[in-house]
Amino acid sequence: MKFTRGWLLDHLETDHALDEILDALPMLGLEVESIDDPAKRLAAFTIAEVMSAEQHPDADRLRVCMVNTGSGDPVQVVCGAPNARAGMKGVFAPAGSYVPGIDLVLKAGNIRGQDSNGMLCSEREMMISDEHDGIIELAADAPVGESFAAYVGLDDPVIEIAITPNRADCLGVRGVARDLAAAGYGTLKPVDTSAHEGSFESPLRWSIDLDGAEHLAPLVTGIAFHGVKNGPSPDWMARRLEAIGQRPISALVDITNYVMFDLGRPLHAFDIAKIEGDSLFIRQAKGGEQFHALNEKTYDLDAGMLVIGDDHGVDDLAGVMGGERTGISDSTNEMFMEIAVFDPISIATTGRKLNLNSDARYRFERGLDSESPHWAAGHVARLVLEICGGEASMPVTAGPGVDWQRSIFLSSNKVESLSGMIIDAAEQQHILEALGFTVSAADGGVNVEPPTWRGDIDGAADLVEEIARIRGFDHLPMAHLPRGDVVAKPSLSPAQARLFRLRRALAGRGLMEAVTFSFLSEDDAARFDGGAENLKLVNPISADLSVMRPSILPNLLAATVRNQDRGEADAAMFEVGPVFLGDAPEDQRTAATGIRHGNMAPREWHGSGRQIDVFDARADAEAALAALGVKLGAVQVQSGGAGWFHPGRRGQLVQGRTVLASFGEIHPEIADAYGLRGRIAGFEIHIDDVPMPKSKGPARALLSLSVYQPVTRDFAFIVDSGVTAGDLLKAVKSGAGPLLTDMQLFDLYEGANIGDGKKSVAVSITLTPTKATLTEEEIEKISAEIVKIAGKNCGATLRG
Amino acid sequence: MQDLDRLKSELVASIEAADTLEALEALRVSVLGKKGRVSLMMRELGGMAPEERKTAGQALNLVKDAVAAAIDIRNAALSSAALDARLAAEAIDVSLPVRPETEARLHPLSRTIEEVVAIFAEMGFSVAEGPDIESDYYNFTALNIPEEHPARQEHDTFYLSPDSDGRRKVLRTHTSPVQIRTMEAAEPPIRIIVPGRTYRSDHDATHSPMFHQCEGLVIGDGIHMGHLKGCLIDFCRAFFGVDDLPVRFRPSYFPFTEPSAEVDIGCTRDGGGLKIGMGDDWLEILGSGMVNPRVLANCGYDPEKYQGFAFGMGIERIAMLKYGIPDLRTFYDSDLRWMRHYGFLPFDAPSVHAGLAGGGV
Repeated sequence: MKFTRGWLLDHLETDHALDEILDALPMLGLEVESIDDPAKRLAAFTIAEVMSAEQHPDADRLRVCMVNTGSGDPVQVVCGAPNARAGMKGVFAPAGSYVPGIDLVLKAGNIRGQDSNGMLCSEREMMISDEHDGIIELAADAPVGESFAAYVGLDDPVIEIAITPNRADCLGVRGVARDLAAAGYGTLKPVDTSAHEGSFESPLRWSIDLDGAEHLAPLVTGIAFHGVKNGPSPDWMARRLEAIGQRPISALVDITNYVMFDLGRPLHAFDIAKIEGDSLFIRQAKGGEQFHALNEKTYDLDAGMLVIGDDHGVDDLAGVMGGERTGISDSTNEMFMEIAVFDPISIATTGRKLNLNSDARYRFERGLDSESPHWAAGHVARLVLEICGGEASMPVTAGPGVDWQRSIFLSSNKVESLSGMIIDAAEQQHILEALGFTVSAADGGVNVEPPTWRGDIDGAADLVEEIARIRGFDHLPMAHLPRGDVVAKPSLSPAQARLFRLRRALAGRGLMEAVTFSFLSEDDAARFDGGAENLKLVNPISADLSVMRPSILPNLLAATVRNQDRGEADAAMFEVGPVFLGDAPEDQRTAATGIRHGNMAPREWHGSGRQIDVFDARADAEAALAALGVKLGAVQVQSGGAGWFHPGRRGQLVQGRTVLASFGEIHPEIADAYGLRGRIAGFEIHIDDVPMPKSKGPARALLSLSVYQPVTRDFAFIVDSGVTAGDLLKAVKSGAGPLLTDMQLFDLYEGANIGDGKKSVAVSITLTPTKATLTEEEIEKISAEIVKIAGKNCGATLRG
Repeated sequence: MQDLDRLKSELVASIEAADTLEALEALRVSVLGKKGRVSLMMRELGGMAPEERKTAGQALNLVKDAVAAAIDIRNAALSSAALDARLAAEAIDVSLPVRPETEARLHPLSRTIEEVVAIFAEMGFSVAEGPDIESDYYNFTALNIPEEHPARQEHDTFYLSPDSDGRRKVLRTHTSPVQIRTMEAAEPPIRIIVPGRTYRSDHDATHSPMFHQCEGLVIGDGIHMGHLKGCLIDFCRAFFGVDDLPVRFRPSYFPFTEPSAEVDIGCTRDGGGLKIGMGDDWLEILGSGMVNPRVLANCGYDPEKYQGFAFGMGIERIAMLKYGIPDLRTFYDSDLRWMRHYGFLPFDAPSVHAGLAGGGV
């Protein structure tokens, strides 16, 4: 919403400076978005007279002008404009001034041997229009040395404020003035809303054909005019419309716009000569009807859209935009002005369906003053007659009216109990009345009736807001929240806290934490078993961000490629975040996902760099589970897993039948699809399936340390190649019994000397006795048991 | 006796001449070993008469002691020389690079969320959660934003494909639906914050289609707008670490609060840089207000009995302001260079007792 200071002062009698008003507006809830003071912007530009304009001796297209700036000696300026000539009045910018249209600070210079100490300006150079055919020419009597902005009336600052959806009343300058007046920034000037006595019967009448949907058009008024003369608007009106970014068109059209911005009251004018028949039908569109709007576009209307038409067809898309066929033209001399209140929801729905925005729709859908067809009629009639002459008819009105009257009880303690502010009853009443509310005494408080223009006021809380904002939120007391516990309780649940722990654990292992979008492309989703219909966005921002992600992996793969392209091939990253298996709340899962690409370390002289492999991913996954509170001893490793992993280099960490995590090297086809050049391995922790550790309180189990010497023994087994290390270790563990405290697989060998289809696996065990030092016989017995179970379960034999 | 003296001198001289530890050991064995010269001479003492044996034994012991002492001395000298030689051989260029460390960082968003959580924990809040894919009811209707309300159009909502009944779910446009879910599930008093992902179909320099918000909700006895003011001022000052940070409350509009207020913090922009604190300018960082009675009623609360306040802030925004991160879009780009620069050490956990300023970087 834009307006000028002068426009505001039409409605507000005030001694307050503009700066004070600009400070006051946001504290009333009217946020100032910009202030443009052309007088300041154009301060350097003054009116000057060209005393002489001689051909430049060394440039065909340039002239050397002597310019009288009104002070001091004449200034020499080299000018290229074809219209620069002796005796003309123009606009001068001295050296040192900023010229907005060319975004330059002028410097005194020398152009082909001739000094130039300023500039004679075009409109484009001053950014007041696109005109650049020549320099500005002012009237012969323009006062030399005076401010150009003041001379042409560009000295009225333009203020733009943001209006929240509840404040439809401030979509007109008068509403803004009313708020300022209520807050003590002046007095609201009266506006003449008396009726205008018409001098003839309107040739058009309303016909409401809504058949049960009368609520769509509760109140319409129209006034016919004849003998009007349409032409350019008066200067004051055109200038104000231009200042707020509206293009003046003709007096009649400009009046409808002006009243909309002035009073928040949209209007629509029909050319009576173009109306067929003597009725304007307010009705719902029939399916298949077309509408040619004033914006020169044609719209296919849905059945049910509210329209106004004549015998010929639709002439006005009610509250949204008028029609082309019956619109005002320069030759219009019979005009019918529509002043209506329509159902806001109907207007909003129609506008949204047709994607048709207009200043009128914006106001209609936020809610107009319910009585405005009554009080605006006289004002509009007088404005038309004053500017365009002619005669006005008696108004024609239809519709049952808007049921706007309501009474809200405001108890005497409500303001204090809700806002904490102590404001005495008289001041509360004064504020409400200044905003147009009617206040009457009631038992234990007051009854308050909102004015016709405040459809947003819904209950006592709204009244408290009105009182509090006019009094000023600066007066809100500062009260600290009462503190229940002296020592604060944890704000995170154990399940939430372990996610923070998990992040630390993974970052501590060298994985950088990423945060990526929850949506990705259909291709990405499809590769990772996602892309269900109910997880597709209807209105994605781009095809790359159109499906809810089934996994975080594709995003990390894409991020890895981006880093690879920036020259960072060795990347390690993780993200903890949501993945989506369906659209129900329980289908949203939390995953912790990580990848490592390339080498563990760069090429360096210690030789610690080596290619990433599946074991890096498994190590990350196990560390993640440990951070989540899982006892790794109870976790089994099994091969297999999702198809995006390498079929021979993937696995799962399971507890019972629950898969807690998947890991593996990324399938080469997938890695290729993303353009990854190095080996890449990743893991996914299915956090919702990872059980919370059972809490037995903070105390640890009692530590019992053995005083006896631990014993280490090595075993070299020969097994079939297909036997997994996991199974063999399980057998060894089982054979070793309760004294086993450590076990390491320290060598793995396959080769000709042990035979095809065989491998040698060397395992070291540590036994820690608890009661007495182990005798050689006891050790032998345990060793024999290990060999026996490994043989039985895995077909293992000791290497000879 | 003269023979023994000569022997002693001869042995001591050869010991002193031994040039390696190995040669010295060989000498020791040849003199003092089981079959060494001195040992054999000691054995011959057995065949002597007692008087003679005593005299000869004493003399021989003198030789033996002298030889042993000479070996010890020579041994010490040779060991020291060997150690010196080894140390010299083992010397290395310590300016060579160390083995590479894997250093990683936490994302500024999770860091910022942790800071927010730490501060609100002090004020008795707990953390609540809700789904990112929401029903229209929770995201809008229950929050007093009816179907055709202009406020709903301003939300730039992402919609999911409609189901067979034509109902379409939305990606939550704010964390406010969790207000509703919490009030439906619990009785007052309530103090929650809700950090989480939110979505709007907007993408430019200052908007991301996904971003993070932190909702707050307080319902309890006698909670009024002064508490909202106190709570948010306390938060802002703790979060930005500026004790005298000016905080301004401006009337605004949110369908789910009444009265509603935007919250600005003071700043200066002198010299091109933005500085949070006492100054001549304001930065909007929060939306807030007293929970609208209609919202309370939608959750089954009696608005005559209960009231409270709610607020919502953008996590990226406060992180950018606090940590001087200039571009919103970089948060989601996973650029390792950015992560190294703006990320946080994993062991530097923010806490009220150790500080919230991320000093460990």
